[in-house]
Order: sequence, then C-alpha cells, then structure tokens
Amino acid sequence: MGRQILINDLDKEGVNTLSGYKAIGGYTAIEKALKMKPEEIVEEVKKSGLRGRGGAGFPAGMKWSFIAKPPGVPRYLVCNADESEPGTFKDRFLMEKKPHILIEGMIISSFALGANTSYIYIRGEMMYVFHILEKAIQEAYDAGYLGKNILGSGYDLDLHVHCGGGAYICGEETGLIESLEGKRGNPRIKPPFPAVVGLYGCPTVVNNVETLANVPWIVNNSGDEYAKIGIGKSTGTKLISASGHINKPGVYEIELGVPVEEFIFSDKYCGGIRNGKKLKAVVAGGSSVPILPTELILKTAKGEPRLMSYESLSDGGFQTGTMLGSGGFIVMDEDTSIVKNLWNFTRFYHHESCGQCSPCREGTGWMEKVLHKFIEGHAQTKDIDLLWDIQRKIEGKTICPLGEAAAWPVAAAIRHFRSEFEEYVHQGKNMIDVKHYYRLNNLQEA
Amino acid sequence: MAKVTIDGKSIEVPDGTTILNAARMIGGDIVPPAMCYYSKLKTSGGYCRTCLVKVAQGSAKDPRPMPKPVPSCRQTVMDGMVVENITSPEIVEARAGVVEFLLLNHPLDCPICDQAGECHLQDLGYEHGKMKTRYEFKRREFEKIDIGDKIKLHMTRCILCYRCVKVADQLCSCRNHGVMNRGDVAEISTYIENVVDKDMSGNMIDVCPVGALTDKTFRFKSRVWFTKPVDAHRTCDKCCGKVRLWYKGEEVLRVTARKDKYGEVEDWICNSCRFDHKKTSDWVIEGASHIDHHSVISANHYETGKALENLKSDIERHQKQLKENKFALGQGAMNPNNV
Ligand SMILES: Cc1cc2nc3c(=O)[nH]c(=O)nc-3n(C[C@H](O)[C@H](O)[C@H](O)COP(=O)(O)O)c2cc1C
Ligand code: SF4
Ligand code: SF4
Ligand code: FES
Repeated sequence: MGRQILINDLDKEGVNTLSGYKAIGGYTAIEKALKMKPEEIVEEVKKSGLRGRGGAGFPAGMKWSFIAKPPGVPRYLVCNADESEPGTFKDRFLMEKKPHILIEGMIISSFALGANTSYIYIRGEMMYVFHILEKAIQEAYDAGYLGKNILGSGYDLDLHVHCGGGAYICGEETGLIESLEGKRGNPRIKPPFPAVVGLYGCPTVVNNVETLANVPWIVNNSGDEYAKIGIGKSTGTKLISASGHINKPGVYEIELGVPVEEFIFSDKYCGGIRNGKKLKAVVAGGSSVPILPTELILKTAKGEPRLMSYESLSDGGFQTGTMLGSGGFIVMDEDTSIVKNLWNFTRFYHHESCGQCSPCREGTGWMEKVLHKFIEGHAQTKDIDLLWDIQRKIEGKTICPLGEAAAWPVAAAIRHFRSEFEEYVHQGKNMIDVKHYYRLNNLQEA
Repeated sequence: MAKVTIDGKSIEVPDGTTILNAARMIGGDIVPPAMCYYSKLKTSGGYCRTCLVKVAQGSAKDPRPMPKPVPSCRQTVMDGMVVENITSPEIVEARAGVVEFLLLNHPLDCPICDQAGECHLQDLGYEHGKMKTRYEFKRREFEKIDIGDKIKLHMTRCILCYRCVKVADQLCSCRNHGVMNRGDVAEISTYIENVVDKDMSGNMIDVCPVGALTDKTFRFKSRVWFTKPVDAHRTCDKCCGKVRLWYKGEEVLRVTARKDKYGEVEDWICNSCRFDHKKTSDWVIEGASHIDHHSVISANHYETGKALENLKSDIERHQKQLKENKFALGQGAMNPNNV
C-alpha cells in the first residue's frame, strides 16, 4: 500500500515545464504508444481496470470500446476539467503542478480513439490554470508532440483548451458538450449517449482529468502492472481532496484500499482531527454523496474496516454506505452542525440547477427554503418529513444526475442525523447562529 | 415492427415509435399526460417529466426492467417491451410529485388568465393534483413583457416546456428567442428584448400549454368557454389557411390553429391568418368545430352528443374522487363540471 504514480515527484525541479516533465520520464509513453495499434492501447486500458475518476467510476477502457466508428465521421476526445463539485479540487492541483501529464495522456488517448481534434473543457474560474495549460500546449506543439505528423508517425492531433462560464452543470458530460458547442449548457436527454452522438453530433468520449493522466503510466508499464496497484476492482491510485476539520488538508494520492481510519488519522495523510476534537461525520466523495457518521465511515455495517475503495465505501448501499465519487473527502468534527452544512450544500444545488426538468428546478429551491426554516429556528417536525418527501420525488426522475446529487445529501442527513433536525425544531430560535443572524440583518455585533 | 404492452394492452407499432405515441395509438386512460412533448416540434419533450412511465420489461431479448422511470415521450419502444403507467403505484406517485413541482411556483391566477378553460396545467392539476399546496413561501414572479405587438409573455405562468423556443427555432427565419438564466429563475426571453415578429411566430401561442404566451388581440376579451369555435379556411400563400375561428355573437374574437385531442395543432398557421383576418367575410366557413380535448371548453355543449357523454363520465369520475376524498386542487372549483 502507498504507491503513487501521479504526484509522487512534484518536488523535482520544473515538473510543470516540458523539460522538467521529460526529466522525470515524461513523454516516453507517447513514443511507445504511437508504435502500438490503437486497439492495443484500448486493450491495455481495459486490462488496467482503470475507472473514471470524475465521479461515476465507469471503467475507462469499456467506455472507449463503446465509441461508434462510422466511416468518414470525426471522433472527439474531451477532457472534463470543469471540477466544481464542492469539496473536490484535485484536477486543478494536478493541472497546475503537472500540466504535461494530462497533455501526454490526452495525446495517447486521442490516438487510441482515433480522434484528430481534442478539447480540454476547463472551469472558467480557474483562469490561471487555463494559462498554464495554454503555455504547456504551446510547448508540446513546439516539441512536435502536437500538430501534424506527431513524431513522424503520420498521426495528427490538435488540442484546444476551452473555458467554461462557471456553471457546475457544464461538468455533466452532455451539458459540457452543449456548452463546448457554444450553446446553453443544458444536459441532453440520453440515449443517445455521447459515444454515439456527442460533440457536433459525432462520436465522443468524455473523461475526467485524472482518468486521462493515468494513461501514460499504463502504456509505459502495461495494464496488468496497473491492475496490481489498489484492491480488487478498485485498481490504481486516487487523488483525494481532503478538507474540513483535519490537521493537514490538501490533495493526497492514495493507493486504493487504504483504510479510511488510517487516511483520516495517520500523519502521512490528514493527520487527525484538528484541535483534538472528535470525528463526527465524513462526506467521502464530494458534496453529492451521502454523509456518513463516524461509526459507519470507519467500519461497515458488518463491522469490517471501511477502505478507501469504490466497493468498500459503497458497501451497504445507501442505507449504511456511501460512494467514492470524485474523491472530495470532507471531514467534520463534533462541533459541526449537519443541518447547517446540508443547507449550504442544498443552496449550491439550487443555484446550479439548469432548470430544464421540473423536479430539479422546483425541488432544489423548495428544499433550500425548508432547510432555511431550520436555521432560522421556526421549523416544525413535519418539515423533516416534507424534506424527505421532496428529495424522494426528485431522485431518479430527472434528466441528469444533478437531481440525485441534490437529493442524496438530504436523504442521508435525515437518515443518519434525524435527531439533529429534531433538536433544531425543539430548540427553535435558540439555534440561531448570532453571527449569521447579524450578517443577514446587517446588524453590528455588540 | 415492435410489440409493446402498456398497462396490459398490447399494440404493434413501427420501430422507433415512442412509448407515448404507442400509448396514443391505444388511446384511453393509459395515455400519459404530456406537457412539453409536441409531435410537430423536433427534439421536444423530456423536460416536464409528467409522462414518466415504468418499463417493467425492457424487451423480449433483454427482459430486465429499466432502473428508473423513463420519459415516455422520448423513450422508443423495443419488441416485447412491457410498460406500466397508471397500473404502477410508483408512477402515479411520481406523477403527483411532478404536478406538485409544476404548480409550486405557478401563480394560480386562473380567474384572470386567458388560458383558463383550455389550459393543460389546469387539466393536469385537476386530474393529478392535491387539494392543498405544501408550499408556504413566496412564489416566483417576473415582469410581464411584450414580445412584438401581438404576443404577451407572462413568464410567471411559464412551466419551461421549451415548446415556444422550438417554434422560434424551427419555424421562424431568424432565431432570437430562447432561455436566459438557470434553475428556478430561468426565463423565456427574446434576444436583448428583440421583437419576435416573424411570419410563423404566433404559433408560440398555440403551443404554450399554459397562459404564459397569450394573444394580445384577444387578451381579456372573453373567457374561452363563452366563445364558440368554428372551423374555416382561406387560401393563404404562407400557410395551410385552415383555422379555427372563435366567435362571440357575430364577432370573431380570435383565430387559432385547429387542435387535436392532445391539444396539438393539426397544422401551423401564419401570423397574417391569425392576427389580420378577423372578419367572417375573410373566411370560408366549414361548420362547428369538434372539440375532443378533455377540458372545460369541451363542456359547453357545442356538439351535444359527444360533449354530454364527456360531461357524464366526468361527473361520475369526480363524484368517485370526492367520495375517496382525493379530488383535486383549488382551481377545480372553477370548472363548470364541478358545480
Ligand atoms: C452535475 C454533474 C457535474 C459533474 N461535474 C464533473 C466535473 O466537474 N468533472 C468531471 O470530471 N466529471 C463531472 N461529472 C461527471 C461527468 O458527467 C462524466 O461522468 C465524467 O466526466 C466522465 O469521466 P470519467 O469516466 O473519466 O469519470 C459531473 C456529473 C454531473 C451529473
Ligand atoms: S436534473 Fe437539474 S441540472 Fe439536470 S437537467 Fe434536470 S434541471 Fe437540469
Ligand atoms: S412560454 Fe409557454 S411555451 Fe414557452 S416555455 Fe413557457 S410554458 Fe412553454
Ligand atoms: S411530455 Fe415527456 S417529459 Fe414532458
């Protein structure tokens, strides 16, 4: 346990430049890949067991093999760098520190998919990362890794970076494609899936930054080697964005399968809860996955230690488990108000709903308003049941998974922390956060 | 051809047919309500979620059920597919939820809305809604705006079905109408308040399921159920010229396209027929319109036989619902069937 392949050498001189990246062995996979057949690369990625790191965890090799190949129709690879899930900041970190690993991954992946034009769709707020990428891409063009006849192989590839306007929904792959086409970022109704009808109506693969960054290592070391890292079907490493009440917040690369307890408490990773407080709850995979209380995040309902892996985190379904998601690991200590945190998350989803389908458009706003009643101290017990009912009527009835992403946190908070909602009801105005109250009403604190 | 079974009734339909259209071919109670789908507009449907159904068996080849409810207006059938609509308690509940969401921020200003009486949201609320709202917050409001001198946009009533956007996109020569902002403050708008004044733009009024887009030449002239629909035609070089005239006494109050029983127009009409030809002498009269649409307007006995039948079955149904104490929504009281 503990192998790293993505951010192990950030301390080396100039890894954010082409020459620095080459000094640590960068751009060797490209030479190897361009001599392979595209299908062989897809096969290696399949063997590696690499799963999508954007949230859903869909096997990358399988996704690639679904791409339609009608003759005479271009294919596209799009890198999803829209990273806007609260609690997730790993893609930004990787692109900022090591932009060339993404570029190399994209060149190999584009070659494997037969794409001659590829895009990185980056979140508009990350303007400085956009500039880093632009610079790195220019370096790659100058070195002959991009453009016409790459390294004399006869393969052409153009790579563009496109800035989003700052909407979480443009991270959803079909919303992203619409936005990239210059339209309103409304998710499309599926089927057809992007692998058949994607960007400009052509077959398209959308992959997360971290997913693509794993590809050079797989090509260099083989899929079988990659599959030896990690545990079971959770192969490889994962970047975890650790935040919240821990001593050492930041981005960590873990080998999948590290026990959650070790991840939170060992000095190698989060370094325990700050100020000697007790752990209360963890949101393990970005704001949309179900929150779990201490007893369920450290151990599964069966009493086995919970591991940082796709399977172990989802053990027990949503009754007692959660999801690895995008790896946004938010830790909350004993002083945290679950209700207030939930209100904050719900505010986010309300703000970010695209408004296409009625359950999400109306339901997210409604949940936010009901939750605000708790914060303001005038909620009643029936409001807890109302919240439960609203989230149930959103879940599974929307066009894209944002509806679920808004519903799950509400369901999980009520499932595991109902007593806290009741506390808000019974205490009423006593629960008002004075600071918050003053701020809302523009009053000076005494 | 594909054989599909919906609520126990089977039909063979051409490949590529949607579940909704298959259900319409079967007809009757099992047809899911559709607030955003419009067969004459490409890429319509999928937004409102009122037409959700359960696919209990995917196909003969792959009998697995689909994991989530699917929008019947977009999901095509497979041979051997088994669909549950009103026979699935889960779907009935989901639909009630969607209706609640659609009405959540709706102003319920039916007493002053021109659409009342031929409004799909009224019908939907009446059939699937609840007596009381659980929403206790201020409802969303927008300014009313004029789009062109003939069309009024009352965004507060809009359910964001996107039909008018597709009309602007697919029927008008230059697209300057769309959706601005997102989430529950998303609104229909014209490009920098550009006037929509194209030959076919008036069709937006007909496709709008609610009173968000209304005909300014008809606004506040009369309740629709006091006007008498008559089919008529004229030779027109821009459209089919086949329309419905709505009379009050001798006067033509408005001109619309002819609508079928799902509230969809039979053929588009141009703005000239709609707004500029309002004299009986402009038209060749064909006779009283047959209104099949199950709503208040069909209750005013234009064609005694059919309408009376409808009325009778309505009354029976509502009495039953009343007995079961599950009937429906404030504005129901304005339906003449209900007094
Ligand atoms: C509302 C929403 C937001 C999303 N945001 C992102 C994102 O910011 N970055 C990302 O990689 N995937 C995001 N996804 C997941 C993508 O839709 C898609 O599954 C992913 O990019 C596929 O890449 P992968 O297979 O490599 O994980 C989002 C999904 C939803 C529903
Ligand atoms: S679920 Fe929400 S964000 Fe997704 S398409 Fe529907 S309204 Fe838009
Ligand atoms: S204005 Fe009418 S037609 Fe247009 S989106 Fe709103 S409800 Fe639909
Ligand atoms: S009619 Fe099918 S989703 Fe609106």
